[in-house]
Amino acid sequence: MKSLAELQAIKSRMKDKVVLRDGMEGIRVVVGMATCGIAAGARPVLNAFVEGVNKEGLEDKVSVTQTGCIGICQYEPVVEVFEAGKEKTTYVKMNPEKAQEVIEKHLKGGQVIGEYTIGAISA
Amino acid sequence: MKELSLNILDVAENSVKAGATLTQIIITEQDNLLTIEIVDDGCGMSEEVVRSVVDPFYTTRTTRKVGMGIPLLKLACEQTEGELSISSITQENDPVNHGTHVTATFHTDHIDFTPLGDVSASILTLIQGHPDTDFLFMHKKNGRVVKLDTRELREVLEDVPLNSYDVMEWIGEYLREQYEALS
Repeated sequence: MKSLAELQAIKSRMKDKVVLRDGMEGIRVVVGMATCGIAAGARPVLNAFVEGVNKEGLEDKVSVTQTGCIGICQYEPVVEVFEAGKEKTTYVKMNPEKAQEVIEKHLKGGQVIGEYTIGAISA
Repeated sequence: MKELSLNILDVAENSVKAGATLTQIIITEQDNLLTIEIVDDGCGMSEEVVRSVVDPFYTTRTTRKVGMGIPLLKLACEQTEGELSISSITQENDPVNHGTHVTATFHTDHIDFTPLGDVSASILTLIQGHPDTDFLFMHKKNGRVVKLDTRELREVLEDVPLNSYDVMEWIGEYLREQYEALS
């Protein structure tokens, strides 16, 4: 069984990491988590980003956060990617598989996946 | 919503937005009756607002003029011949004991009962998004209980964020083990 003692060990391990995180100029992945997003499947999308970013060892470079309704409910699940000095990328109609691709190509490779962005849909 | 756990996630988000320091999510299964309670110590709502949140054309958000969260939960329970009730005390009325209490009951043997789904995933999502507020989660079934109190974890973790990946993994496993014992 999981014990609080294990949590204590995690804490000791994490102490140094927390300091590393401060002041980093990284990539911010924001998942819309209002009623519209949740109903459209945002929960597994968020989960895919949280897990994928960690699995790829990107956790010091990429933060995954949640937000409310972005205002384009018909395109949910919506994921926004913010990078310092670059234009915001808005990915629409996301799912865990597309999230995995975004991690690989965009977050790791620096290449925006045009066909998943809002630009591709409204064009 | 495909799972009631998504309604839980959605309604608990409102609690956090209302400035709750502690949001309690309590699921009770007794025979064919399932009760979901979401209790927060947030800013509360006036009687007028409580009446209107069940109306899909009422919302606090500014991006558009409809709010579907509570109406969807109401629909999900009423289609099983269950009930939704909301009571709330505003901060102005009671500076100490303010907050909102949402209770939804479901008849699990009704053909239109929506499955509960992955409740642990919703709890993890709440913690991931709101590591600085506390959640008390309890799922009572057959005289047993699955329980997670982030206040207890916080005491051990001190300033290590609850949404650190290793901590989230621990919480996921902690809940999974308890659910195994429950079934």
